[in-house]
This record gives sequence, C-alpha cells and structure tokens, in this order.
Amino acid sequence: MLKARLFLWLIKIEILLLIGLYIHSHFMVGLREREIYGKRQLVRELSLTDMALFTEARYTRDISQADMFTPFQDFPSSFDHFPAGSIIEPNRDNVRGR
Amino acid sequence: MKKHYRILEYALSSLLRRKYKNLALFFIYTLIVCLLSSVMFLTHSLKQEAINVFIDAPELIVQRLLGGRHDLIPLSYVDTIKSFPGVATVTPRFWGYYYDSLTGGNYTVMALTSNASLNLITGRMPEEGECAVGKGVAQARQLDINDALFFTLASEQKLMLKVVGIFTANSSVLTNDLVIFDKNDVIRFFALDKAKATDLMVKINNESEIATVANKIKRTLPDTRPITRSEILRTYENVFNWRGGMALVLFCGALLAFFIFAWDKATGLSAEERQEIGILKAIGWETSDVLTLKFWESTVISFTSFLTGVILGYIHVFEFGGTIFVPILKGWSILFPPFDPMPYIDLYQIVVIFFLTVVPYLASTIIPSWKAAIADPDTIMRT
Repeated sequence: MLKARLFLWLIKIEILLLIGLYIHSHFMVGLREREIYGKRQLVRELSLTDMALFTEARYTRDISQADMFTPFQDFPSSFDHFPAGSIIEPNRDNVRGR
Repeated sequence: MKKHYRILEYALSSLLRRKYKNLALFFIYTLIVCLLSSVMFLTHSLKQEAINVFIDAPELIVQRLLGGRHDLIPLSYVDTIKSFPGVATVTPRFWGYYYDSLTGGNYTVMALTSNASLNLITGRMPEEGECAVGKGVAQARQLDINDALFFTLASEQKLMLKVVGIFTANSSVLTNDLVIFDKNDVIRFFALDKAKATDLMVKINNESEIATVANKIKRTLPDTRPITRSEILRTYENVFNWRGGMALVLFCGALLAFFIFAWDKATGLSAEERQEIGILKAIGWETSDVLTLKFWESTVISFTSFLTGVILGYIHVFEFGGTIFVPILKGWSILFPPFDPMPYIDLYQIVVIFFLTVVPYLASTIIPSWKAAIADPDTIMRT
C-alpha cells in the first residue's frame, strides 16, 4: 500500500499548497491596498480613463474613449493592422444607444 | 473503502508499468491546465484592478464628433452643459499623443487638471515649463529628476521641459507612457485653438443622474458623444472577460489542444490496455471493478495534473508576471508596462478550469473502458 499512501500524501500536499496560495493572494491584496489607493488617486486627479497597456494605436491605448469603427477611420474599409487590435474586442458598449 | 484503497494501489502500479507514456501525459496535461489557469488569473486580475481603479474615473466625458471622428470640442459647450440641472462642474481636458522618433514609442501627453499632490510619484507635479513622466518614458529616454526633455512636432512646435516628477514603477499600468504638462504648454505644443479643448469632463451632483445628464447632452448637442463612468468600467469588464476578446484568443488555443488530447483518449484504448482489461475480467474482476480501476487511473493523472497546473499558473502570473503572454500582449508597443498583477483570485474560475479539464478527461477514459469491460474477455484478448 506504499504507492497509494505516497500518492494520497502528494495530493494532500498539493491541496495544502493551493490553499496556501489562495491565502497568500488575499494577504498580498491586503498588503497592496495602498497601491490601489494611490492608483485611484492618480485616476481621480489626472482624470485618467484608461490603462497604458497597448500603446501602439490611439484606439488601443484609450479603449474606453474609442468607438467601434475607429480602426477603419484611416481610410474606408481599411484593415486593422495593429496586433493589439486583434486581441481587443470592439467597444460595443459605447456605441450602443448613442 | 479498503477495496478502493487496494484498487488505487493497483492503478498506481499499472500507471508505473507505462511510466514514460503516463509521464508525458502528465506533462502535457499540466501544461494545458497551467496555460488555461494563467489566462484566467491574468485576465481576472487585470479586470478586477481596472474596476477597483476606474471607480474614480471621470463621471462623464463629453467628446465632439466631426465626420465620425473625434474632434476638438468648443469651450462654448462648457456653459451650455453647466446650465443643465444636476451638473456640478465642467472641466476641459487637453491631451493628445506624441510619437517620439528617437525611441519609436507613442507617448500620451496630458495637461494637469488638478494640483493635488500624489502618492505614486517621485518628485512633484509640474508647473509651466516642467513635466512629469511615466516610468516607461523615463527609461526609454534615460531621464532622471531635473533632466531636460525635448519635444518637437514642427519648426514652430518645440518644447524644452524640465523633468520634475517620475511616476513610480507600481503605477506603470496607468502611467507608463504618460507625460504630464502644464495646460498652457499642451496648448502651445499641439498648437490647439484657444477656444477649444480635447474633451470635457463633467462632474454630476447625484450619481444616479449621470445617464439622464448624458442623454440630455446628447439631445441638446447632437454632435457630441458622452461617455459615462459605467461605460468605462463595462469596457474593461468586456476586454478582460475570459469568454471574449483577448482572453478568448489565448484561451482557445489551449482549450483546443486539450480537446484534441481528450478526443484521442476517448476514441479508444491501446491494444495493451484492452488486453489488460481482458485478463482482469478472465481472472474474475467484475465490470464495476474494472471501471473503478480506470476511474482511479484517470483520477491520479487528472488530479495531479490539475493541481500542479493551477499552482504553476499562479506562480507564472503572480510571481513571474505572466512572461509567456508578454510577447502576445506587447504587439508593436514600444512602451509596455512591466506586469505585476494583483493576485485577485476568484474561486469560480478554479471550478471552471476543473470542469473544463478534469471532467471531460474522466469521461473520455471511462467510456472506452466501459465498452471494453462489458465485452467477452476472450474476444478482447484475441483482438
């Protein structure tokens, strides 16, 4: 029964590790609370609306400010040639009802 | 219970007999779970951070559209909007983009809208003739506090500014490509019409009236496009939703690989496995015992792979900043913020990964085993 015992121990260790990581994540979020507060202050004082993740095109830099057809404004029926444009969904929410 | 324990022992011996094949299976399975969980952890973390941070975004932004494009908005609109009941303040925003030919990066140039001191900045906020830059800009241009920064657009549009503030690295997700100028410097540099602004930021007294005021602005000034804070938040919820956009691209590849892998298992057992089932049946094992054995064999593989994969996914995203995904996310961006996602974990996601990977695998191994186990042992051993 050695193999079964070893396997069950391995599973127990992995489950404990996973629970440990879950607790670690909560602890880290609590520890970095000040960072979130600082970012909220930046957003409030600099009136920021978007994350600086994809800086290659204006409609990927400011996702929430761009409308659905922005990529095609370069010329009629132009293709979206920026890589980030293919991994960001069109901003349908801002177009609906406007 | 004792019976299950013995069958588990036998299942482990059986797996060890084909250790290289099963070890390869474990590695592939773990890799797929690791990729799936990394996508989920990363997108959820970015989404949660965006929601927590943009809760303080402007309540309403009013843009002007001309020929379907974003155009500068006349400052005369400020008084029109201010006259609407419920509107507290209307502040013009001046901002734009600057392509830096020296580094090939795109910077976002913004004018200061308030003079409050900030926590996530080394130095201070700029006055006229000065600027504050994001960490990415500072690194690209090798800048330090009190260094001079030169911007040029045309022969008449040149600026030499003193760097008085650098945003800290942990704010990079918001400020990496940002350059903050004084309002007059932005107007002069971009040669903006003095009677116009880039857009207007509207503050509303009662939060529940935001949508009403937005509709009223749209009706009164039909060439404008109001964007509410809830729309900004919804945009980020959609962009980082694991069932769409960015996540789906990353997610689909891994999921497809897993389905091919599970399909291969489901389409049949190897001759060796069928023979083993035949022998077990011939020496007196019941069909239910064979199924229990196969259940334990696939449980050993799938549980260890699932747990290892999720643990590795967590370490990959929250300890190594999702290094595998960086080339995909970076695209053509020159200034890409270093990833240090907040470890926001949603248990629902772990349950989803479990149901997407462990359950189909268990089903795909049990069904062909059941088919073999109900057949005549003599026939199985002969085929």
